Amino acid sequence: MTSAPAAPPREARPRASGEWQALRGVSRGDVVYRVVLTALALILPALLLIIAGELVVGAWPAIRQFGAGFLTRSVWDPVVGDFGALPLIVGTLYTSLVAMVIAVPLALGVAIFLTEFAPRWLRRPVATLVELLAAVPSVIYGLWGVFVLLPVLRDGLWPMLRPALSWLPFFRGAFYGPSVLAAGVILSIMVLPYIAAVSREVLLAVPASQREGALALGATRWETVWTVILPYGRAGIVGAVILGLGRALGETMAVTMLIGNRHEISLSLIEPGYTIAAAIANEFAEAATDIHLSALVYIALVLFGLSVLINAIARWLIWRVARGSAAGSSAL
Amino acid sequence: MASRLGRKLFGAAMTGATYAAAALAILPLAAILAMLVAKGAGSLDWNFFTQPMVPAGETGGGFAHAIVGTLIIVGLACAIGVPVGIGAGVYLAEFGSGTLGWLVRFVADTLNGIPSIVIGIFAWTWIVRPSGKFTAFAGGVALAVILVPIVARTTEEMVRLVPNSLREAALALGYPRWRTSLQVVVRTAGPGIITGCLVAMARVAGETAPLLFTALGSLYVSTRLFEPMAALPLQIYVFATGPYDEWHRQAWAGALVLIVLVLLLGIAARIVTRGRRERA
Repeated sequence: MTSAPAAPPREARPRASGEWQALRGVSRGDVVYRVVLTALALILPALLLIIAGELVVGAWPAIRQFGAGFLTRSVWDPVVGDFGALPLIVGTLYTSLVAMVIAVPLALGVAIFLTEFAPRWLRRPVATLVELLAAVPSVIYGLWGVFVLLPVLRDGLWPMLRPALSWLPFFRGAFYGPSVLAAGVILSIMVLPYIAAVSREVLLAVPASQREGALALGATRWETVWTVILPYGRAGIVGAVILGLGRALGETMAVTMLIGNRHEISLSLIEPGYTIAAAIANEFAEAATDIHLSALVYIALVLFGLSVLINAIARWLIWRVARGSAAGSSAL
Repeated sequence: MASRLGRKLFGAAMTGATYAAAALAILPLAAILAMLVAKGAGSLDWNFFTQPMVPAGETGGGFAHAIVGTLIIVGLACAIGVPVGIGAGVYLAEFGSGTLGWLVRFVADTLNGIPSIVIGIFAWTWIVRPSGKFTAFAGGVALAVILVPIVARTTEEMVRLVPNSLREAALALGYPRWRTSLQVVVRTAGPGIITGCLVAMARVAGETAPLLFTALGSLYVSTRLFEPMAALPLQIYVFATGPYDEWHRQAWAGALVLIVLVLLLGIAARIVTRGRRERA
């Protein structure tokens, strides 16, 4: 080895500005301060690892017994101790899909309204009211769903729509109230404020020059929104929708109270179904055998993995649009 | 090509559609609040706030045990979660431009997106199963896990808003960096940080799922942290899904109390920040 050139003196290395790096090490207090804060910040990654670890350990007996086949089988028999999560996974995705079909157009309409069309005096109050929807606790949505929404759907809306819709496979069977449809409707109300808030931040981040350019070319205000503003913010809006999907997948109480609890895969919207979160909420406290508990922790692990993945995708998409501005992340 | 008039009409129709979307989005909120007041307000009396529940079938009794339980469990969650959240948030704002900052920020957002029922299962396998019993403490820990990322991210944002000139002034006066950060920067951001904490409290006060297998619920007014404890959302859930009309009546009243609590926290959060804006 030949002798390497001497390392440049420490202070010559360029540092990020605004970090007061030049002052590092001046006072012992600074070192202590930084160490304490870093330790507190490190609790978060540690917590995520502990959560993942505890779930894997808790699910281990079920993982060993059922393997990956757990995800593709439809048996759910606590008496025999045989479990497969396919109906729960399909049910979770199906109710969330119903929720998104209802919520996405509405939420986009609200976001466009708030950024483009609403009179200025109306923007603050409407935005605040939509935000309030996100503040209502899940169990209150459930209570309202059971005693108000179900009767309205079953006795008000369904008798009117049945003649027109009952030939569709989505509306086969008898409608007693608790159903995929009811859960989907309540979920759509619950995720709407999240999608609307993030979409609004994304639309606000569209440069005014884009808007002005389209208007100068003779586009109407709606054409400006449809052909220029929405395409410009497309990635961010997709991120907002995926974020809303993440919320819908894991929502528990309201869905548990409205879904009807049936371990079967069905295309029908008006029949009862089941979701992962609802099954955990209903069965965990009553699970009598270790393998039943373990199977429930296993699906909780599946839900955990699903939500981590979906959040990562959504935040990456939003970050790509709102890069540099804190606006995109503040809405999350 | 569509005629000019046609394009204008279509634009007007779509504008109207966005108005309709906004109205339709707010409709459920109005309906829920109206039903809560209509069905719940009549049941709110002195007994509701001072008596615990009575056995099924008897009339009377109240939600005192649940209200006390919610206050204790949320208080515990704050005691555990707020210092961690604020510390992590200040770290992100003051030192968080590197890889570790990026990681902590990403993890905070990820934690924020984990369904609350999964947090409940986690608290069960981590605390309830080893200790062999359901405790209010486990419920407090579960809520703290939900609270930490919210507090951390709002704290970060609030600390970032503090103008650099304040930092420079303090440093120029000879303050060491840590005193500048604590006594000038964090203090200036204080009201904003408190707002973040109140918002996070409002969020966890309404959480039911993480308490199902941790605090479990209880019939009595209890202040013991290592025993099962009642909570407002839990009691509402039990009463709403139960078979008795009397229970349903009390569930509405409990829900009204819960939403008032959540809204009061939200309003307090707004007042704290508004005061700051006026001073600035």
